[in-house]
Amino acid sequence: MIPASFEYSCPKSLSEAIALLAQYGSDAKILAGGQSLIPLMKLRMASPKHLIDINRIGDLSYIRETDGVLAIGALTRESDLDASELIRKKYPIIHETAAVIADPLVRNMATVGGNLAHADPANDHPATMLALGAEVVAVGPKGTRKIALRELFTGLFTTALDAGEILTEIRIPIPPPHSGGAYLKVERKVGDFATAAVAAQITLDGNTCKSVGIGLTNVGLTPIRASRAEKALLGKAADDKNIQEAARIAAEEAEPSDDLRGSADYKRSLIRVLTGRALRQAISRAKEQ
Amino acid sequence: MSKQKIRVTVNGTAHEAEVEPRLLLVHFIREVLSLTGTHIGCDTTSCGACTVLLDGKPVKSCTAFAVMADGREVMTVEGLEKDGKLDRIQDGFHQEHGLQCGFCTPGMMMTGYALLKQNPSPSEGDIRWAISGNLCRCTGYVNIVKSIQHAAQKPAQ
Repeated sequence: MIPASFEYSCPKSLSEAIALLAQYGSDAKILAGGQSLIPLMKLRMASPKHLIDINRIGDLSYIRETDGVLAIGALTRESDLDASELIRKKYPIIHETAAVIADPLVRNMATVGGNLAHADPANDHPATMLALGAEVVAVGPKGTRKIALRELFTGLFTTALDAGEILTEIRIPIPPPHSGGAYLKVERKVGDFATAAVAAQITLDGNTCKSVGIGLTNVGLTPIRASRAEKALLGKAADDKNIQEAARIAAEEAEPSDDLRGSADYKRSLIRVLTGRALRQAISRAKEQ
Repeated sequence: MSKQKIRVTVNGTAHEAEVEPRLLLVHFIREVLSLTGTHIGCDTTSCGACTVLLDGKPVKSCTAFAVMADGREVMTVEGLEKDGKLDRIQDGFHQEHGLQCGFCTPGMMMTGYALLKQNPSPSEGDIRWAISGNLCRCTGYVNIVKSIQHAAQKPAQ
């Protein structure tokens, strides 16, 4: 399959890339890892007139902790997250997420920024970043701003990013002591999107849930923050009864539809079970810290 | 649409070409360079028959534009054999009957080659994880895993 023709630019700096975006407007798309965009272009579901390849911009790939924030450069490859000792040891929820995205070959190209900016509700990072209370940095002609993940996804494949803006960084508040998280995904086979998946992040004060984040993958038109389920557990004891109740509510908040991966009822049931398991795993990790 | 001049090192040889930006890396390799060892299977980022190494990392060449390889190094299955001697990964597939129809084999070998560079003594689980993006329609996975294990027993060239 051959994509439609396009003009290609390969800026060496962020400012050059932003100038090109301003010049071409909505006719242009950003090319990062290309693992979602190129398949869409081959299927002619996307036919951008200009591609702005940001892969040569040197300073957009990093994983570092600074000033209470874990900062991940938008061009960081999934395989870099998978290989990072910091991520493996301190952020198992992010490691578990990166490790189940597509397959190892795709992960060598695919980027974290692309996974979020593409705003596919089936992508895995959004739920995890929702649970972690992350924000993204957007740079455009008017300067730099931060967008909370909770406000990023405005519709199917649609974000709060302006046409002239580039997502450059993901910022995650470093969780306080006694925090833990987990990402659990059910997929038919490696490389498939989730039938359903759940991210859970907990901070404990003794046995009380001091903060709760729950994100749901591929059970609606956007990634879903299960805010009612979060509230149900907040300030409560991290016990089985409360976990079960939060899981039940999370399943209510899911808005799945029937497709080849399963019926809506089945997916809702998956969300209930996975939310319970992810919360238990998150709580167990929070207690280890 | 304007063409782009690219310079890509493939199996150690520098190649220059003027290409349309939409030219996929796999088409550049097969049609411009006439290296037809790299196969096109599903053409939808699923099967891994088109796997090549880009700066040492296995990627699906049906899901990259040739312009993205400008200034970078590509290694294809043709780059495995050196001076008439098979690489240990090729020898492993030969010795352990790691192929039936052979269509997935170039991709499987490139992924296996990259795995052994990164992890010289992989467990069976490591191998199965590494090749989880490469599909074999003959379902010959048992022998493919054995082939990579066979190669891991031999010194790298």
